[in-house]
Amino acid sequence: MSEVLVIGAGPAGLAAARAASDAGASVVLLDASDALGGQFWRHLPETRPARNEKYLHHGWSTFRALGEALESSPTVTIIRSAQVWAIEVLDGVAVHAMIGEPDGARRERRVFRPDALVLATGAHDRTLPFPGWDLPGVFTGGAAQALAKGERLAVGERVLVAGAGPFLLPVAQSLTRSGSRVIGVLEANRAARLARGWSPRPWQLLGAAGKGLELAGYAAGHVRHRIPYRLGRAVIAAHGTDRVGSVTVAKVDAQWAPVPGTEHTLEVDAVCVSHGFTPRIELAIAAGCELTPNRFVAVDGNQRTTTDGVYAAGEITGIGGVDLALAEGEIAGHFAAASATESVSAPPTAAIRRRRVFTGFAHRIEAAHGIRSGWSGWLTDSTLICRCEEVDFGSMRAAAVATESESFRSLKLGTRAGLGICQGRMCGRTTEELLCALNPNRELSDGAVSDRRPLASPLRIGELAHPSSQNNARKGTP
Amino acid sequence: MAARMLPSEKDPIGPEGTATVSITVDGHAATGILGQSIAGIIMAGERLGFRQTAKLDRPRGVFCGIGVCFDCLVEVNGLSDVRACQRKASEGDVVVTARDPQPRGGAA
Repeated sequence: MSEVLVIGAGPAGLAAARAASDAGASVVLLDASDALGGQFWRHLPETRPARNEKYLHHGWSTFRALGEALESSPTVTIIRSAQVWAIEVLDGVAVHAMIGEPDGARRERRVFRPDALVLATGAHDRTLPFPGWDLPGVFTGGAAQALAKGERLAVGERVLVAGAGPFLLPVAQSLTRSGSRVIGVLEANRAARLARGWSPRPWQLLGAAGKGLELAGYAAGHVRHRIPYRLGRAVIAAHGTDRVGSVTVAKVDAQWAPVPGTEHTLEVDAVCVSHGFTPRIELAIAAGCELTPNRFVAVDGNQRTTTDGVYAAGEITGIGGVDLALAEGEIAGHFAAASATESVSAPPTAAIRRRRVFTGFAHRIEAAHGIRSGWSGWLTDSTLICRCEEVDFGSMRAAAVATESESFRSLKLGTRAGLGICQGRMCGRTTEELLCALNPNRELSDGAVSDRRPLASPLRIGELAHPSSQNNARKGTP
Repeated sequence: MAARMLPSEKDPIGPEGTATVSITVDGHAATGILGQSIAGIIMAGERLGFRQTAKLDRPRGVFCGIGVCFDCLVEVNGLSDVRACQRKASEGDVVVTARDPQPRGGAA
């Protein structure tokens, strides 16, 4: 039986696995976590079942249905706690994974050689640096969500949520439903931009009515909890010695530059800041997939990447939310199975229609909420840019100005920004943009990007020394 | 004022599991609910800083919460560089935070 391997068990990966299985392929689904659902449907562990878990989730019944279908299918193998650390493309695709507890020393090494591969690796929060963002008590929105949904832990009692994008609303909702008091939600963009981004062609949103209802639900929650939602404001500094105790908030202009004289201080014991998302594309890059100009994975109408037999779905093809991810996943799984089994079946027309509706939604998110360059106005010389290597803005600027280098690679090596253990996941794109802005010609011309990570996750040398077990050798190879 | 667990009896979603897991954190006993991450148990103990950084000696704790930033590295049962937000606590885990587990890259 032909095999489709799906990497990532969030909405896109679950939908892909289901569609590939329905289309007659044998499916292996890998996820780094020990539970299905990805970050979006992060939930309590099996040892702590909850009667009303759906209260914390959007689309919970969809998740339950997908999970149950996959878990009960005899042709689907779900492998949890599987950290994919490399992909090679030679004669077909080889996917290398370590299976076992996270960062453990005795994980099982496995190599998969599927007939087709679906990448559904998702995205993580992108938080722009500001003075004090390294203090304990400063979190990404995703951290607040993960701890609230996965453990019922509130990151603080008096919490401010700030940044940009519709994702700030569910973060605030999770916090209030986990025992925090949210003192406000700050959106950096002003009303004029939000109106321009969201409403030029409102009829396009008709098909996305569910999305509108979802957002309306969050808005109603805000009213009920009397959470102020303020536009054109940003957290520009966090203060404290061992942990955050207060933040400085300021008005920002249309380009997100802080407006002098508008600063004021708010006492908080936690602050959750997210300015958008960074797609997790290192595995796609390792598989040789071409990227779009906006640095997402390029796909055709069948969700096929530029690498033979490799498909992509979800946030790695564009930040569009759960509904788009589900539609793309279903399409990717369907065509991956068709390619693996060398069969032809009717295209998934309903999913294709949903994809069209929600792609419009994704464009609106970017138009209304995308990062603007003026934010660097809140940096000081001592603001850390690279958290791992503790590289501050002053030393980064000094290196860029002194060398006038257009080489991202040499600036990275010179400053050490982006070279730490997170492999530039937190600061990589920010470092690129700041260095680019600091160069006299406003460009970095060596073609190096922070997304390229030949080892997709840190490994222990001892683990590499163990022999691997091969899985499902490709047809026609020994 | 700090991070804290929402007590199950006050929780609108009604979690049921009550089995606990006991670990030590820098020699102090800490108890969480079975299935919690090491990070969650430390934070519920009102502690947000997990380590001091190597270069500037500044406190760090959980930042991304989903295994991406590597800021919450701790030592677990003698093994360094374990992401506390990703590792579920196992009974008897010995967690050490009071050192800098961040590997120092590059030329010394």
